[in-house]
Amino acid sequence: MTRIGLIRLLVVAALIGALELACRSGLIDHRVIIAPSQMASALWTLLASGALDADIARTLGMIGLVIALSIVLGFAAGIAIHALPRLRRALDPFFATYYAVPVFIFYPVLIAIFGLSVMPIVLIGVATAIVAMIIATLNGLDRVPRVLGKVARVHRLGRFATALQLQLPAAAPYLFTGIKLAVSYGFIAVIAAEFILSPAGLGRDIADAYADFNNRRMYALILFLLVVATLVNAILHGLDMRFAARRSGDRS
Amino acid sequence: MNAAPVPHEIHAQLSGVTRTYPTVPGAGAKMPVHALGPIDLDLLRGEFFAVVGPSGCGKSTFLEVLAGLQQPTAGAVTFEGKPVGGQVPEGIGVVFQEDASFPWLTVWDNVAFGLRRSGVAAPELRRRVEDAIAFVGLKDFARAYPSQLSGGMRQRVCIARTLVLQPRLILLDEPFGALDAQTRLLMGDEVLRLWRRTGATVLLITHALDEAAMLADRVGAMSARPGRFIEIIATGWPRGRDSTIVGEAAFGEITGRLWERLRGESLKALGHAAVPAMAAE
Amino acid sequence: MTATRRTADTLFILFGLVVLWEILHRIAGETAMPAPLPTFAYLLHNLTTPRFIANLTTTGLELGYALLLAYGIGLAIGVWMGAHRLSGAVGEPILVSLYSLPKITLYPVVLLIFGLGISGKVAFGALHGVLPVALLTMGAIRAIPPVYLRAARTLQLSPWQTIATVLLPAALPEVFTGLRIGFTVTLLGVLLGEMFASKEGLGAMIMNALQLVQGEEMMTVAIVLFAFAALANGFLLFIEHRLHRRV
Repeated sequence: MTRIGLIRLLVVAALIGALELACRSGLIDHRVIIAPSQMASALWTLLASGALDADIARTLGMIGLVIALSIVLGFAAGIAIHALPRLRRALDPFFATYYAVPVFIFYPVLIAIFGLSVMPIVLIGVATAIVAMIIATLNGLDRVPRVLGKVARVHRLGRFATALQLQLPAAAPYLFTGIKLAVSYGFIAVIAAEFILSPAGLGRDIADAYADFNNRRMYALILFLLVVATLVNAILHGLDMRFAARRSGDRS
Repeated sequence: MNAAPVPHEIHAQLSGVTRTYPTVPGAGAKMPVHALGPIDLDLLRGEFFAVVGPSGCGKSTFLEVLAGLQQPTAGAVTFEGKPVGGQVPEGIGVVFQEDASFPWLTVWDNVAFGLRRSGVAAPELRRRVEDAIAFVGLKDFARAYPSQLSGGMRQRVCIARTLVLQPRLILLDEPFGALDAQTRLLMGDEVLRLWRRTGATVLLITHALDEAAMLADRVGAMSARPGRFIEIIATGWPRGRDSTIVGEAAFGEITGRLWERLRGESLKALGHAAVPAMAAE
Repeated sequence: MTATRRTADTLFILFGLVVLWEILHRIAGETAMPAPLPTFAYLLHNLTTPRFIANLTTTGLELGYALLLAYGIGLAIGVWMGAHRLSGAVGEPILVSLYSLPKITLYPVVLLIFGLGISGKVAFGALHGVLPVALLTMGAIRAIPPVYLRAARTLQLSPWQTIATVLLPAALPEVFTGLRIGFTVTLLGVLLGEMFASKEGLGAMIMNALQLVQGEEMMTVAIVLFAFAALANGFLLFIEHRLHRRV
């Protein structure tokens, strides 16, 4: 594990080093890509100036809102749909194709309806992320072993206690998968919406910097978003590993 | 050989119990299925009763009706003189065929699950949980999660989770069905130990004739569906028995007699027409 | 009987969506959200115009090239990382974290490298598709029972023969799942590329229609894309199920 981790670190470092060298030596034109060290220093200056604070707050706040709405509403919808088998069977084809169609193409339509504001971004974000949570909730509830229902009755648990103490923990791994996907989709949809067309936000900043040929600013912003997204994914991955270690026993 | 002291107090009683299901799920046919009964049975306080029968004969239905997990279509079930219906009465513990250990709780928390809800004081709770874990031999695994244990160990977690509540009637639904034959013999010894120590009435559902013959005071042979008792055999084993009795001549006789009664029923369950055993000539 | 009822229920929900559309139309007004019926009329009328066909062809071409690249590179990486244990162990987490990044942030970089024309959009589409193809191919090859490899060795197959006659056929159903998901995300990548700073393709068409307040055109493009993606996915799923049944 540590050996492979070390090799991975070296591989990533070598790739970044090669890029640095190629940029510094002029092999790669600085109008195309700037050296990683320059990206980092540009980001540092930008963050220190405080000029980004408002956009960071706006974008991350929006992503947080989208993720929270998707998880809560998706979980509730999943429970409701699970309780209505006929509705669920009718909805199955929609769930099966939902992520195969480019739902994002609706973003301009939402702008046409709601105007260029926060609303279309939040809506397209939730539309992208919520279905993953619904599907994960349905999956989780499906896989609660039937015997747990009998155990609940032997222990004379009420409906609420059964849901909270047995069904929820039994479905938890699937719910967590849904949360992970909702986070990932929420992030991607909000940034993409901002980038394509929006009044403000980090995605918009990148597009503006690109249009202004301001490479230092553009690469600083790209680096910032990639670092934030990687960090969030790493945290979720770490949590996942923790749960998995308990449940699968592979790495006790 | 000394017979076990025969208890006489009726602990649980089924009278005229039948169970029919409205339709077979998924089969399309709208015919009600007669799964069980009529059954009349008195379970005596402190006895070890085993039920054997071909697969699909309604053994598990029988157990669930007795436990109060299913309502009988007709007839009545009583436990300690009170009617059973709608819910599982206090004093009955059930160990299921499927692995019902909670994967999100440690062995310790699994065993403590029922006690926590009953409002037992902390020191008392700890003592009883540790006692139950030690009894099933999982002392070194108290902090482990079920996924880190073998199938047999997980089933022991479920036994401990039942045992810790001090049930007076323990129902075991093929708890060793998924284990290999040697492990099953050893688990049989553990169940005997459990039975002796708790003094509880034990009802064991099994498809293994040898298991029933070795463990029980009385063995009820159940017919193919609809399940009813075609014979109840008293084994006459001493209370202090263990798995070494499989070497005794009486064990072979009991097993042989059970098979004689059940052979035709098992063929029926396989879809054959009833074939009389050759010994019946 | 239950199957027909299920289909009826599904159609009923589809009808419900059209009703929802009509309600949205009533709330949002004619310019923002055209009514369903005029939109369908517009769709039928405009589907065969040269302008629409030109954009459709552009998107189709871009998707085709992007898929070729994504499948080629993705399969190569997947086979390599699946067969070579160390590379797989080192590379998998890198690919996984790249997969969940918002790749749109990298689009300006792609544009700076490949330019604003068709090649930028192709590269961006391929960038989306490479990762799922590589990851699922790697997983598929790793899941091959080792006994197949021992059999290949006893038959004295060369490494190349082993890949072609044992590894790929055994891994095919899973690999195909990767190709199907790769198709979906490549299409999304191409469309995202067209929606930003592009003048050609269906994605550009929808952005153009937004500026010209052409509600019918936006909905038309969206419907065409949804139908195409759903049909293509259905077709690929059909093949995938058949492959899975064979194994």
